[in-house]
Amino acid sequence: MSTNRINDLFSQDLNVINLGLEGFADTLRSLGSRATQVEWKPPAGGNSELIALFDRLEAAEASGSVKRAEANAEAVRRVQAGKPTIVDIGIAQDVVPGMHKKLILHAGPPVKWEDMSGPMRGAVMGGLIYEGLASTPEEAEKLAASGEIEFDPCHHHSAVGPMAGIMTASMPVWIMENAEFGNRAYCTLNEGLGKVLRYGANSQEVIDRLKWMADELAPVLRAALKAHGPLDMKNLIAQVLQMGDEGHNRNRAGTSLFIREMAPYLVRLDESRDTIARVLEFLNSNDHFFLNLTMPAAKCTVDAAAGIEGSSFIYTMARNGTEFGIRISGLPDQWFTGPASVIDGLYLPGFTADDAARDIGDSVITETSGIGGFAMAAAPAIVKFVGGKPADAVNFTRQMYEITMSENSTYQIPAMDFRGTPTAIDVIKVVETGILPAINTGIAHKDPGVGMVGAGLVKPPEKCFQDAFRAYVEHYC
Amino acid sequence: MKRIILRKDSYYDSVFLMLISADIKKMDGISEAVVAMGTEMNLDLLNDMGLNGPELDGATANDLIIAVEAADEATIDAAETAVDEKLRQKADQDEGDTWKPGSSAAAFEAVPDANMVIISLPGQYAAREARKALQADRHVMMFSDNVSLDDEVALKTLARSRGLLMMGPDCGTAIINGKPLCFANVVPRGPVGVVSASGTGLQEVTSLIARAGSGVSQGIGTGGRDLKSEDVGGITTLMAIEALTADPQTSVIAVISKPPAPSVADTVISALSKTGKPVVVHLIGMVPDKKTDGNIHYAANLEEVARMAAALAAGEAYRSRTFDAGDDEIDALVERETAGISSQQKYLRGYFTGGTLTDEAVFVLNEQLGGIHSFDPADPAFKLADPQTSEKHTIVDLGEDVFTVGRPHPMIDPSIRTERMDREADDAEVAVVLLDCVIGYGSHADPAGAMVPSIRRMRAAAEKRGGYLAVVASVTGTEGDIQNLSSQRRTLEEAGVVVMPSNYQAAKLAGRIMAKLGAR
Repeated sequence: MSTNRINDLFSQDLNVINLGLEGFADTLRSLGSRATQVEWKPPAGGNSELIALFDRLEAAEASGSVKRAEANAEAVRRVQAGKPTIVDIGIAQDVVPGMHKKLILHAGPPVKWEDMSGPMRGAVMGGLIYEGLASTPEEAEKLAASGEIEFDPCHHHSAVGPMAGIMTASMPVWIMENAEFGNRAYCTLNEGLGKVLRYGANSQEVIDRLKWMADELAPVLRAALKAHGPLDMKNLIAQVLQMGDEGHNRNRAGTSLFIREMAPYLVRLDESRDTIARVLEFLNSNDHFFLNLTMPAAKCTVDAAAGIEGSSFIYTMARNGTEFGIRISGLPDQWFTGPASVIDGLYLPGFTADDAARDIGDSVITETSGIGGFAMAAAPAIVKFVGGKPADAVNFTRQMYEITMSENSTYQIPAMDFRGTPTAIDVIKVVETGILPAINTGIAHKDPGVGMVGAGLVKPPEKCFQDAFRAYVEHYC
Repeated sequence: MKRIILRKDSYYDSVFLMLISADIKKMDGISEAVVAMGTEMNLDLLNDMGLNGPELDGATANDLIIAVEAADEATIDAAETAVDEKLRQKADQDEGDTWKPGSSAAAFEAVPDANMVIISLPGQYAAREARKALQADRHVMMFSDNVSLDDEVALKTLARSRGLLMMGPDCGTAIINGKPLCFANVVPRGPVGVVSASGTGLQEVTSLIARAGSGVSQGIGTGGRDLKSEDVGGITTLMAIEALTADPQTSVIAVISKPPAPSVADTVISALSKTGKPVVVHLIGMVPDKKTDGNIHYAANLEEVARMAAALAAGEAYRSRTFDAGDDEIDALVERETAGISSQQKYLRGYFTGGTLTDEAVFVLNEQLGGIHSFDPADPAFKLADPQTSEKHTIVDLGEDVFTVGRPHPMIDPSIRTERMDREADDAEVAVVLLDCVIGYGSHADPAGAMVPSIRRMRAAAEKRGGYLAVVASVTGTEGDIQNLSSQRRTLEEAGVVVMPSNYQAAKLAGRIMAKLGAR
C-alpha cells in the first residue's frame, strides 16, 4: 500500500468536481466550498460497442501493451517544433512528387469521377481546359470520364488545395518547407473570390486568370520572394492571430502582412510599374490570398507527425464534397471517411441553403494544425458564424481544448490571456467526448461555376472518427 | 392518443428529467408521460408502456425523448409546452456561467487542485469515470449504484494503490472536512470519526451525535458491499480506519455496517484494536454478544452508536436506555394510542425511505413482534409476495430499486411513498403505521409536510371504519438542516403523529403499541 493520502484530504479545503446531479455542487457552493459542475455526456454517445472498445484500450494501456501517451507526446513535440517556411514558388510537375500531365489532384479523400460533387467536376473540367487537354467543358467532361485521366488526393502528394482543390501539372505552386524536419508541402496560389476554379467555375474568364497567374503573378512573386529570402510562416501566423484572423475563414490580416513583407521587394524588381501594380492589386483584392499559405504551412507542420507507432493524433482532415475523411498518425495513409456534411452557414445575398454544395476542401488542414475554427476566439470580427458574441467564440475555442492534446506554444489568443490555441486533435478524445472538431469553412454553390455562396461552420461526420477509433483499437489492442 | 418526440443531441441529467416526467404526469388529462434520454433501458421501458413508434428509430443516449399520452391534442400540446418551459429553466440557470467543462478530463485540467470527484451518473458509466478520477489522483465519492462487484473491486484496489479514498458505489452520504456530500445533515465538527457502509445509517448516527452534544470529524461512506463482500474485503473501511487513526481531530472512531463477511470482520476488528483510540462498532441486525473488547465497544442500535461515541469522546460513562422519556410517560403514550384501535386492526405497516432505517426497524420489530414481512428479509418465509402490496406486518423500504425504476428516490420525491400510503388507507387491518422522515441536503424541501395529507387520509379512513390509526415516526436530521428538525417534528405532530427522538425509539414504541394490542 502506498501512503494513505486521505489525511492530506482532511487537511485541505474540499474542492469538488461533480459529475451528475447538479444539486450536489450547488449545496457545496452555497456552503462556500468550490465545486465544478461537469457538463457530462455519455461517452461515445452512450454507444455500448464503443464503450467496450474504450475498456479494451484502457486495459491495454494499463498493461503497457499500448504506449499511446508516449506516442502522442512525440506527435505533439513534432507539431510544436514544426517551422513552416515559404521557400519558393515552382511549377507543379517540376516539384510536386508524382505529378504528371494526366494527373489531377483534388481535395479530400480519394473519390472517383462518377462520385464527384458539382463544384469538383466543374473544377476538374476547368483544369483539363487549362492544361490544353480539352477545349470545351463538354470535351473535358468526356475526357474526365474516359479513364484516361488519373485522379488522386492532393494529400497523397504532400499537397493541399482549398475547396475543389484542383491542382494540375502546369500550375504554379507555393513550396512550403518545414525547416525543422525538412519535409515540404505544396499548394496552388489563391485565385480570389467569385467565379474561380476552386468553386467549380471553368469559363474563359477563369482560365484566363489562371494563365495570368502562371505567366505573371507567380514569376513576379517568386522573384520578390527570392530577394526577400525564406519567409517564416510560423511567425506570420502567430502575428495574424493577434490581428483578428483565425487563418481559415478570415485571412485579411495575413494577406495584408504578406503584402507588407513583399512590397519593398516587389517594387525593386526589374518589372514595369503596371506589372507590379497588377500584382499588388490582385493581392489587395483578395482577402483570402493568405489562405493558400496557411494551408501548406499547416500541412507540412502536421505531416511531420504522421506515422508514429501508437499515436492517435489526427494528422489529416479533408473533404472532397462527397466525403469527409481523416487519417491518424498511428495508422498512416489509411483514410476513414463519412458523408460530407451540409454546412450551417450565413449566405451571401441571393443565396440560400438550397444552393449549397456539401462540405468540400483541404482547408480544414488549418484546424488540424490548431488554427482556423480552433482559434475562433482570436477572430471576433467573424463571431457571427458562431452565435454573434465574442464570448461565443471563446467558448467555441475552449471546447476544442477537450479534444486536443496540447496548447500551441507559438499560436496564441489575446482574448484568452494569450493562451495557446488548442493543438493536435486526439481521435480518441473526439470519440469519447462526442465533441467534433469545430471547422470554419466557405460554402460553394452546388452547381459548377457559380462560386462561393456563403460561409459558416461545419460539423464533420461522427462516423469517420469512430471508424478510425475502431481501427486503432483493432490494430493496437 | 399519444405523441412521441425525439430531439437529437440534447442531453439532460436523468434525475432532472424524472422530476419533469413526474410533474407532467400530474397535469390534468395526461394519462402517461415520459421525458427521458434515449438509453437502451428507457427505450425498452417505453416499448413496454406502448409509448414507442418510428419516431424513436435511431435514438441514442444523447437524444431527448418526450412521450405523452392524453385524451386530446390540446392536452398534449400543453404538456409539450410545459416540458419545454421546464427544460428552459435549466438552460436559463446555466446562462450565468460562461463555460463548463464537457468531460471530467477537461475538469481535471481546469481545476488541478480539485481533490474530490462526486459521481452520480447512471451506473453503466460510473465505473469508468471513477477510474479516470482515481488515475488523476482525486478522491472519489460514488453515489451511483448498479456498478458490478468486479468494477468495485478493481476501483478500490486502484484507490488503495494510490492511497485515495473511494467511497461507494452506492454511497449516498459523507461528511468530509465538515462539508456535507450528497445526502447529509448539518452537524458540528467534533471528535467522532464515523465510517459507515450506508447512507441513512450515517445520517441517523451523525445527526444523533450532534443532538448528543458532540460533533463529527469526518463521516466516511464506504458503500454496502465494502464489508459484506469478501472480494472487496473492506478496502475502503480499512483505509478510512487508518486515516481516522492518524487524524488528530478524531478521538473516537465509530463503524456501522451490515453484518460483514466473517473473514472481513476479523480483519476490521483487528485493525480497530490497533487504532489506540476508543472505537464503537454496530453491526446492523446483530445483537452483540459482548459489550466491550479492549478499546472496542459494541452498540446495539444506531442511536446507541451516537450516544456511546459522544460519551466516550466527552470522557463520560455511557448509560444504556431504550427511551428518552420515563416508563410512566411511555406507558401513558401506549395507552393513549391503543385506546381507539378496533379489534379488527391487527397489523403494523412501515413505510420507509431510508434503507438502513428500514433494516433497523425490521430488526427491532422482529425481535419484539416477529413475523415482519419485507422486501429482503433474513427469513425468506417473510418475503413479500408482491413488493407493491403489504401483507400482515410489513415494513418496506420504498427506495428499493423495484420501486424507483424511472422515478426519483422517495427521499427526493415523496410520491412513491405517499401513493402507497393512499392505496393502503383502505386496508382495515392496519393498526400502526411507522415512518421515517429523512431531512438534510439532497432531501425533499419538506418531507414531513409532503406526507401529512396521506397520513390524514389513512387516519380518517380508520376512524370512518370505527377504529383509530396510531402513527409513529422519527425525523433523521438536525436543527441546522434547512428543513429544520423542530419544524418537521411539529408538522408531523400536528397531524397526530407520535414523533420519537430516533428511529430506534420509534420502532421500539411501535412494538410496544403492537404488544399491548396483542395482549388485550
